[in-house]
Amino acid sequence: MSTDSINAQQPTMHSNKRSQTSRRDIFNNIRRGLKADSVDTQRQQRVTNRLSAKADNLIPARSQLPVAEQVALFKTMAIEAAAELIELDNIEQLPQACCDWLTQHQCKQLISASTPVLRDLDWEPLTQQQINRTERVAQAGDIASLTTSFAGIAETGTLMLHSNAHSPTTLNFLPDNHLVVLHRSAIVGSYEEAWKKLRQQCFGDNPDQQLPRTVNMITGPSRSADIEQTLQMGAHGPKALIIFLIND
Amino acid sequence: MQINTPFFKQRAHDALHDENLQTALAKLKTGFPEKRAIAVERMPEFEALRNQGRDLKNHIMEHLDLYLEQFETKVIENGGHVHWARTAEDANQIILDICQQVDAKTVTKGKSMVTEEIGLNDFLEQNGVQPVETDLGEYILQLRQDHPSHIIAPAIHLNLEDVSEAFHAHHNRPKSSDPAVLMQEAREVLREKFVAADVGITGANFCVAETGSTIIVTNEGNGDLTQTLPKTHIVVTSIEKVVPTLEDMTLFLRLLARSATGQEFSVYNTLSTGPRREGDQDGPENFHVVLVDNGRSEMIGTEFQEMLRCIRCSACMNHCPVYGAVGGHSYGWVYPGPMGSVLTPQMIGIEQGGMLPNASTFCGKCESVCPVKIPLPKLMRHWREDEFQKHLQPKAARYGLASWAFLVKRPALYRCFTRLSNWLMRSWAGKKGRLSKLPLASGWTDWRDMPAPQSQTFMQAWKQQQKTGDRS
Repeated sequence: MSTDSINAQQPTMHSNKRSQTSRRDIFNNIRRGLKADSVDTQRQQRVTNRLSAKADNLIPARSQLPVAEQVALFKTMAIEAAAELIELDNIEQLPQACCDWLTQHQCKQLISASTPVLRDLDWEPLTQQQINRTERVAQAGDIASLTTSFAGIAETGTLMLHSNAHSPTTLNFLPDNHLVVLHRSAIVGSYEEAWKKLRQQCFGDNPDQQLPRTVNMITGPSRSADIEQTLQMGAHGPKALIIFLIND
Repeated sequence: MQINTPFFKQRAHDALHDENLQTALAKLKTGFPEKRAIAVERMPEFEALRNQGRDLKNHIMEHLDLYLEQFETKVIENGGHVHWARTAEDANQIILDICQQVDAKTVTKGKSMVTEEIGLNDFLEQNGVQPVETDLGEYILQLRQDHPSHIIAPAIHLNLEDVSEAFHAHHNRPKSSDPAVLMQEAREVLREKFVAADVGITGANFCVAETGSTIIVTNEGNGDLTQTLPKTHIVVTSIEKVVPTLEDMTLFLRLLARSATGQEFSVYNTLSTGPRREGDQDGPENFHVVLVDNGRSEMIGTEFQEMLRCIRCSACMNHCPVYGAVGGHSYGWVYPGPMGSVLTPQMIGIEQGGMLPNASTFCGKCESVCPVKIPLPKLMRHWREDEFQKHLQPKAARYGLASWAFLVKRPALYRCFTRLSNWLMRSWAGKKGRLSKLPLASGWTDWRDMPAPQSQTFMQAWKQQQKTGDRS
């Protein structure tokens, strides 16, 4: 892309010129330092190759286990990261499981993603306990949220979630408790497998598509050791992360 | 931020006598290194990952211009804006302009060392925009008008009582000395700030050229609230953070958390790609990336290019005997420890930063734990050479080095001199075999005795061995 077409897309502002001058100087410095010019085709080719190959770097042996062991590793690592793990036989058991957890923790409210797989369930158990289930973005003061996850990464017990029209990102961070659905079939060994899955879903065969605005990798609940180097759970994000693992 | 590096000696001296600081540093010295060692042991491929990390960063720096162009193109395709800042002043002005465009009154901030480097908070405040730090450590420091003393554990120099007092003075709540209560208090106070902010500013650990995404790596979740709730998200980061693909980013993520806190993975690793999409119910409407240079592009092609591999994990300072003794504030500017001793002279000039590359024992521990194998001692040595060539060292050091050079270039004289001084020191030490005082060496003998030399100089012993044929 030429400099002109880039500038045409920049917003007009006082600092626009400052940015353009800086850009020119920075690129001149780099190219002078590398003794390279912008039209060196060999360098271009190496960069193009790397970007299109999207090759894996070293993947630890731990992340390349058979499926059953991957699931076991995911569970171990998620629990080690202080997530709570609740296993269910099928997704139909989710409303009752949510209800049990919320009742146990005296929560009278569940803010839910509007993902069809969640919306289509029978939420009668919540109604019976007078727990209010709402589909909206999160607000300050919300007690509990429910979302689905895109993948579970066994290597470190990490959940991968992404934003879309049904699943606002604030649900993953503002409420005190974050309840997340993970299907056993969505567990992969390594981060790399999750990236490939995500590219497949977002791009299909069209490499010009884009990633969702936000992709979250979440490993356990929020924490901080900033006060006297003492680890405290529940800093600014959720104080509890509850994973409903659906074994279907 | 005010530059205090020329006063390193005095600050280090004060730090050594600061009991609170010494308690905190004692905790640090066992905390992070032990956790890192366990994490490394659990990852048998760690050494191979370090080699790959080093090689990949080298490849990136050799093609930095091209990856930056690709990143810029993708951010714009995603509907975001890219701004380039050669200097700190450029960066501050660009960020202020974006804030003023959206009439911002308050700005929440995730943890970012680059914004410390450019002195963003002071600049915004002087121009009527209120920055609010939201990382717990940074928030405590902002209340105390203090600065980070560590790149990932910014308030490491403070104790519980300091935090308790700062909160009591600003929060209008009963005083507490329970860390859990204090954290809950910060959580509640900052909830309002998150929601009210017009702009959210975060750093980025990496910028992915393939997708035009930036990523933040955190444990608290404050960075995510900072970049999700306000209408405008500004990412302030530096040019060497670009990586080719998601797979390449992943290599560094495997190295980063283990090297930093000894965690298997940080709690939140979040990719941001452009502004919110059609149909999205939340997320920022505007997405800006400010790419800061501030001296980095001038390191390309020099002996300091290797420093651009740094992923800001803090392992070097966590393992450094000098940092562990004097803490981060002694270094007198933004970046402390071994990585700071190499970067600071580049950013503020060797004239002011020259003390730092000298504040090293060259024990080599920093290089041995660096996830991208930066030869930090070698780079500090380059600065010492530069300082010597520019005649910037104190007279005593220059004359000392010059006299030594005069002697070693004349081997006969040198041998004669070492024999003489050897004999003198031994006679002075007497039967004890130790010297409690020595001219020009009070820096050593004030604290511990100097052992007297062996009966022979090295050259004498060598000659004798050659004669007797004893080479064992």
